[in-house]
Amino acid sequence: MHRVWAIIERDLRRFRRSPVLVIVSIIMPLVQLVILGYAFGGVIRNLKVGVVDEDHALPAVKLHEMFQAVAANARTFTPIYYSDKAEAMHDLRNGKLNGVLNIPPEFSRKLLAGANPQVALIEDNTDQFSSSALEGVMGEMLPAYNSPPVPSRMTAGATLDVVEIYPYVPYIQYLLPGTIVLSIFVSAMIGGGIIFIDDKARGLHEGYLVTPIRKFELIMGFTLAGAAKAIIAGLVLTTAGSLIAGIPDPLNPLRIARMLVLVVVVAMALISMMFLIMVRVNDPLVPRAIFGMLNTVLYFPSGAVYPTESFPAWMKVITIADPFTYAVHGFKQLILKNTGFGAISGDLAYLVIFTVICVTAATMLFRRTL
Amino acid sequence: MFDIEAQDLAKRFGDFVAVDALNFSVAHGEVFGLLGPNGAGKSTLIRMLTTLVPPTSGTGRVAGFDIVRQQNDVRQSIGVIPQAMTSDLDLSAMENMTIFAKLYGIPREKRIRTIKALLEEVDLSQWADKPVKMFSGGMRRRLEIARGLVHEPKIFFLDEPTTGLDPVSRVAVWEMLVRLKRERDLTILMTTHYMDEADKLCDRIAIVDHGKLVALDSPLKLKASIPGKNILEVSFLQAPPHWTETLNALPDVAEVKAEDPFYRISSDNGPRTTVALIEAARAAGAAITSLSVQSTTLDDVFVHYTGRQLRDTLQAPDASNSPFILARG
Repeated sequence: MHRVWAIIERDLRRFRRSPVLVIVSIIMPLVQLVILGYAFGGVIRNLKVGVVDEDHALPAVKLHEMFQAVAANARTFTPIYYSDKAEAMHDLRNGKLNGVLNIPPEFSRKLLAGANPQVALIEDNTDQFSSSALEGVMGEMLPAYNSPPVPSRMTAGATLDVVEIYPYVPYIQYLLPGTIVLSIFVSAMIGGGIIFIDDKARGLHEGYLVTPIRKFELIMGFTLAGAAKAIIAGLVLTTAGSLIAGIPDPLNPLRIARMLVLVVVVAMALISMMFLIMVRVNDPLVPRAIFGMLNTVLYFPSGAVYPTESFPAWMKVITIADPFTYAVHGFKQLILKNTGFGAISGDLAYLVIFTVICVTAATMLFRRTL
Repeated sequence: MFDIEAQDLAKRFGDFVAVDALNFSVAHGEVFGLLGPNGAGKSTLIRMLTTLVPPTSGTGRVAGFDIVRQQNDVRQSIGVIPQAMTSDLDLSAMENMTIFAKLYGIPREKRIRTIKALLEEVDLSQWADKPVKMFSGGMRRRLEIARGLVHEPKIFFLDEPTTGLDPVSRVAVWEMLVRLKRERDLTILMTTHYMDEADKLCDRIAIVDHGKLVALDSPLKLKASIPGKNILEVSFLQAPPHWTETLNALPDVAEVKAEDPFYRISSDNGPRTTVALIEAARAAGAAITSLSVQSTTLDDVFVHYTGRQLRDTLQAPDASNSPFILARG
């Protein structure tokens, strides 16, 4: 064990002298958390909707009033009135408008006759997020338009009463679990990938290989040394990220203790995976080249930025195998729901088994010679 | 019993034979030099003996232990200074030494005592707490020599210990090696490109070429083994016909190698051959453009056994030269 500790001590001393690389592994995910959190998490406002009223009767004017109400309150869209439908369509095609709402000539007559009156929303569907927001607000507006001025006390139809059991979760908080895992991954990638291969290329490992250290001791030394740095990165992100994202009661000791356990387990899983990938690599270009690809393949299918339920079947296969999935799920439970270990026992079990498999495979593939 | 023994030791990489059934032994207390051109197999041989590369066939024993079956016993018995400087630049000299002492499992008190003594022996005591990235090449090499001795081995392997050092640092390393060998009763096996280094340090020298042992003896005997005690190197504006035969007929000439207009004449009596050469050239009307007379050196021995042909061979790219590697120190 003293030999394993010697390798860990060497790495930690180097880290203390030159912490730049680990700082980078903390800064990058933090920047991503803030930028992505605010870039994707906001409510869509001020879409431009051209309104072409070819009816001009009272029911159409009532619709105009509702548009004005939305523009003044929710501000999802701003109506711009057109007298010429062709001009509105021209502006829509040229990107000046997000949508055109057409009230046809017979709208009021059909409404009063109960003859299926329709208004048309012609939208720029190249931007799914904007068009969905527009459809959503229009979809909510029309039932309100159709409902009688004084609602009856008893309704015959079924209604849905939604109860939210957790406080509102802004997108930045939703992103935080993935960001913590990303910081552990970046640290593992730098410590267990780039520095490991650079040291090998420089001949530093040759110095180890001529000593009586055993193969398993070497692997444990490399793994634990890399994990120690990844744990530091994970703990910094857990604390700083919780404060930045506005997680309630971020310094609760019990929550921090649970998070520490998960950070350690995730760090061991990711560093052992990295070591397995790098065990036969000698070229310093390789870890740099696969960094971006690994990040994409592991981070996005994990549910860190979008629910996994929406993924196609082939991507769900990656999701199931991906250690990020279990790490992100675990942190979501602890951070967003403040659960105990019971809720993440499956995640912990998968990550521990994953670690054992990676370390075993790496030990089998590791060459004790040059 | 010998400290180092190789019996038909061979290493092949695919079809390429790097080391071809070498046989030699190194006695206790001996300084044994391995000389050879680039790609001759010296580093592969040293890596086999230090358990870094498994041999393809043959046997090797170091300190009485088999290099394949008793690898950890071999590793515990030897100190190794690889060709690349492998000290950690971010750590101090003391920290580098301490980490390696721990890798060898040396108890704390002995560790502190040994490291202090070794740093003094390599004149680095005053820099013990400074980061190695501030050290010159010579200081780093001295530190690595001290590091290789931290577990007090009796057999020491050095792969080109002074390559890349300035002449003053080289001499300092030589003096230190001589002192350490004497004080610590070491057996040393070293590879080098520098003939003067081999001449000064080695009790016996093995010249290796194409993976084969082409000569093995003491520097003195090796020098005596090639034709002539002196070497005349002479060039002419234009050599007359049958000039090689004429030169061969000069007094005390042992051998003439012609690479027109240069002639390399091995002579048993340099001054007498020189006078005769000048007279013969004047008589034949051959203008001498350059002439030098020297005693036989190990360079001559080396050239005699390995030839003058350049060894341009392809080899695997060296990862340490990658442009992507992070600069340190």
